[in-house]
Amino acid sequence: MDVLYKIFIEPFALMGSAPDLLVQTVWEGLVAGVLYALIALGFVLIFKASGVFNFAQGIMVVFAALTLVGLHEKGVPAWLAVILALVVMFGLALTIERVVLRPLVNQPDIILFMATFGITYFLIGFGESVFGGNPKVMIADELYLPRGVTDVEMLGGRVSFQHLDVAAAIIASVMIAALAVFFQYTRIGRALRAVADSHKAALSVGISLNQIWVIVWFTAGVVALVTGIMWGARSDVSFALEVIALKALPVLILGGFTSIPGAIVGGLIIGVGEKIGEFYWGGLLGGGIETWLAYFIALAFLLFRPQGLFGEKIIERI
Amino acid sequence: MRAPDTPVIVKGEALLAVENVSLRFGGVKALTDVSFDIRKGEVRAIIGPNGAGKTSMLNCINGFYHPSEGRITFKGETRRRMRPFEAARGGIGRTFQNVALFKGMTTLDNIMAGRFLKMRSGFFWQLLRYGPAMREEVEHRRFVEDIIDFLQIQHIRKTPVGKLPYGLQKRVELGRALAMEPELLLLDEPMAGMNLEEKEDMSRFILDVNQQYGTTIALIEHDMGVVMDLSDRVVVLEYGRKIADGTPEEVKRDQRVIDAYLGVAH
Repeated sequence: MDVLYKIFIEPFALMGSAPDLLVQTVWEGLVAGVLYALIALGFVLIFKASGVFNFAQGIMVVFAALTLVGLHEKGVPAWLAVILALVVMFGLALTIERVVLRPLVNQPDIILFMATFGITYFLIGFGESVFGGNPKVMIADELYLPRGVTDVEMLGGRVSFQHLDVAAAIIASVMIAALAVFFQYTRIGRALRAVADSHKAALSVGISLNQIWVIVWFTAGVVALVTGIMWGARSDVSFALEVIALKALPVLILGGFTSIPGAIVGGLIIGVGEKIGEFYWGGLLGGGIETWLAYFIALAFLLFRPQGLFGEKIIERI
Repeated sequence: MRAPDTPVIVKGEALLAVENVSLRFGGVKALTDVSFDIRKGEVRAIIGPNGAGKTSMLNCINGFYHPSEGRITFKGETRRRMRPFEAARGGIGRTFQNVALFKGMTTLDNIMAGRFLKMRSGFFWQLLRYGPAMREEVEHRRFVEDIIDFLQIQHIRKTPVGKLPYGLQKRVELGRALAMEPELLLLDEPMAGMNLEEKEDMSRFILDVNQQYGTTIALIEHDMGVVMDLSDRVVVLEYGRKIADGTPEEVKRDQRVIDAYLGVAH
């Protein structure tokens, strides 16, 4: 009886009696969710265009952020460091297309997936040897990211909003909106979707696969850089970030691997879900459920809607 | 009996010339020393028993395969290794034997994808959906709607093509190829798996495309009735070699063609 009370009654009573805490928890969940969504977006982009689940997306986030901070440490001004980091991501996209994707064209998906493992470990080693393995501090001030807190009195309590979190939410939203429009309505976006569906048909209408892959990996690189800046400003820049990037997996299962809106909604659900779960129910299990709750939600979801909330349901006729 | 290389009725100049093309995959010879041409404005059929190398021939023409030997000249330009998207840029459109569509996309989007090479406005403007880009999108959309009307597929405009029956998928695929405004249209068994009515519709579309837009067409087909009705000239392959080339009437009477299709008494 006591357990049932703690599971089904107490948390909701607490939500009712202290709504400010609930708002605070949801807000923190939303911010984390937006950042998960950003990472998931990187995966979706590449998955849509090349049908590859890019295991290296997480490490690309770290690598982009490391490049930015590393360059700044070497005395490069912040604005130039951002541009150079973008150039590096473009170079990375070109290299991956030329060295990894092109020789593996027409290979089964699993081969390409394994190749992205290779990219992951290459980037870890390369990043460590160039920039060292120590955690670095994101150059948040130099990039004019706001800091400080605004406390808002509401619902009989106080809810605090980190300025950085607000900025992160805004930047991520703008970026996601731009990408969604890009995919849906532009010529290149249509070509990306075409390549995702059928390589040979895409080739036959004059789409160059190589060009599309470079574009898509570069776009994923840009998303990775933005994600790296935002995550890095909240914690610090180290290879540990890669583990957070794996949170994108449940987000993708929830949202569907091919859907940009899915990545957003999935990210928000996971972000809010794990913060609320941790805050209200975590104590029952000794805390720390935040780390695995996301995977649990995703697993439950797989049972009922394997294509995700918004995934394109491809009907195969036999 | 007519020798395979005797010239036949001339309809325009040669748009595409295949000269002594051979194609090998390791030890397997898919094509051996095949030569023929496709003239501007004609409907050229490529026929032959299963495994004769017909699809391999089309794949060579649009750059999916690169001939091991020989040359392919398109619009007076000979290229050693033409890549598929370069072929498309040059004006070669095609359909596939086992329908290759963008299954998750709607009919409209599929055909719009065929306009890829024709759309040029800057990426930034497209993103904003404003100004010249918007005008361009509207223009291309109109073109695509004309194709949809022509192929009588208005009712499935917004349907994801993966859900469509096979016959309609074939039609959408033709639409996508037409959206490229190709000079040379390669059709790989456009009527495979269709019922009589669908075959008649498709035949009519092919003839209309050829006559109204003057598109040169090369098609692979198994239905001899269709081939005889549609094509101006026929090239016959067997085991990767050319065994006959001429008008349908001539080919039909050719002893080697008859042997290839009916078998020879040993």
